[in-house]
Amino acid sequence: MGVGISVRDMIAKRAAEEIEDGMVVNLGIGMPTLVANHLPAHINVMFHAENGVLGTGPTPVKGEEDENLCNAGGLPITVVPGASYFDSTYAFSIIRRGLLDVTILGAFEVSEKGDLANWIVPKKIVSGMGGAIELAQKAKKVIVLMNHVDKKGNPKIVSECTLPLTAKRCVDVIITDMAVIEVSQEGLHLIEVMEPFTVEQVVKSTEAKLIIAEHLT
Amino acid sequence: MTKVKAVHDAVSRIENGTTVMYGGFGGIGNPPTIIKTILEKGIRDLTLIGNDAGFPHVGIGQLITEKRAKKLIASHIGSNPNAGKLMHDGELEIEFSPQGTLVERMRAGGSGLGGILVDIGIDGLVAENKQKVDVDGKTYLLETPLIADIAIVFAKKADTYGNLIFDKSARNTNPLVAMAGNLTIVEAEEIVPIGELDPEEIVTPGAFVDIVVKSEGVNWKWVWE
Repeated sequence: MGVGISVRDMIAKRAAEEIEDGMVVNLGIGMPTLVANHLPAHINVMFHAENGVLGTGPTPVKGEEDENLCNAGGLPITVVPGASYFDSTYAFSIIRRGLLDVTILGAFEVSEKGDLANWIVPKKIVSGMGGAIELAQKAKKVIVLMNHVDKKGNPKIVSECTLPLTAKRCVDVIITDMAVIEVSQEGLHLIEVMEPFTVEQVVKSTEAKLIIAEHLT
Repeated sequence: MTKVKAVHDAVSRIENGTTVMYGGFGGIGNPPTIIKTILEKGIRDLTLIGNDAGFPHVGIGQLITEKRAKKLIASHIGSNPNAGKLMHDGELEIEFSPQGTLVERMRAGGSGLGGILVDIGIDGLVAENKQKVDVDGKTYLLETPLIADIAIVFAKKADTYGNLIFDKSARNTNPLVAMAGNLTIVEAEEIVPIGELDPEEIVTPGAFVDIVVKSEGVNWKWVWE
C-alpha cells in the first residue's frame, strides 16, 4: 500500500538474500509473496503454507489451476517435487515445534526491542490474528517487510508499540523502502540504507533509537 | 450398512440455533452442497466454528453474508468484509482464536481431551481471562476443547462406511472437524463401495462419520477468478 511496484520488488529482492538453501520458509500475504520471485536458481527451499502444504511452487498457468490446490491466501498454486499435503494441525506443529527457519511478514509497528504489532488496530482493523502469532512467536527468524513510515508519514519503527502486540521480542530483521535494520539485544542496528535515501533521512523517519553501522558513518 | 443419505435428509438435522463446525480454509474445502442446502432451508441463528469467514459469496461466507449466524468462532475474517461489518454493527458475535490453537482445540474436542496447553499469545490479548498452567518451569495457557452439535466436512472420496480421503490443500481443517461433531455429515465428491479404499490411504476412519452425502460439485474457483 503506497509502495510502488518497483520499490516492493526491491524490498522483496533484499529479503530473498536472507534465505539459504534447504530452509523451510513461510511467506505472508502481500509483499512477502514477491520474495519467491527473487530467489536465485541454486537456492532450493520448501515453502510452507498454513492450510497444509509444504513445498508450494509457482502460480500455475491460466487454465491449469487445480481448484483443490491453493495457498493460505486462497490463490491457486503448484507444488514442487518433494511437496507434502497435511491437515492444519500438522501445519502448525511445524511452526510451534520451531521447524520454520524463516517467516516473512508485514507489520503495523515494530519496537526497539523487536516487539511486533501486525494483527489488530482496535476499532479499525479487526480481521483476526490467523496464524500470525504462531509465526511471529515460533519461527527461527522473523523478517518484517514494510513501508518505513505510514500513509500519514508517521514512523512505524517506534520505541514502544502503541498497538496490541502480536508477539514480544520476535523480530530479527526489518526491511523497508528506506533501510535494512537488524534487531539485537543492544537495540536496532541500521546496516543498510536504500537508494536514494541518506542515513539522516532514515534516522529522521524512525522514532526508535538506531545504532548506525560503522560502514555507514 | 450404509451411511449415505440425501442431502436434504442430512441437513434436516440442523435447526435454528444449532452449533455447526465446518471444514475449509478461505472457502476451499467448505462443503458447498450442504451450505447451499442450509441456505435454501432458511436455517438461522447458527453458531459457526471454523478457520475463517470465507469469502462473501463463496463457501461458509454465504451464511455470514445472509445473516444466518449469530456467533462465529474463527481465526480470521479478513477475506469476508461482511463479517467485520456485522460484528461492528453488533449483529454477529465473533470469538478469535489463533489458527494453530483453534485447530488443536478442534482435535482436543474430537479426541475426548479436556483441553490443550499452549504458549501461543501468552504475552498479549489472547491470554486475557485464560487459566495459566506451569509445567516443568514453563507457563502455558489452558485452551478449551471445541465440540459442535453438527460437523460439516468436505472430502474427495468417501466409502459407504464414511472412511474419508481428502484432496491436496482442500484437506486443511476437514479431518479435525470430522472428529469434533456430535453428528458428522460429510459431503464427498465421490462415494465408493465399502472395501474399495486402501486402508493405508484413509485419513479419517469411518467411526467418526455419521452421514455421507454426494456433492453437487465445488464452486470455490470464484475465490480467485
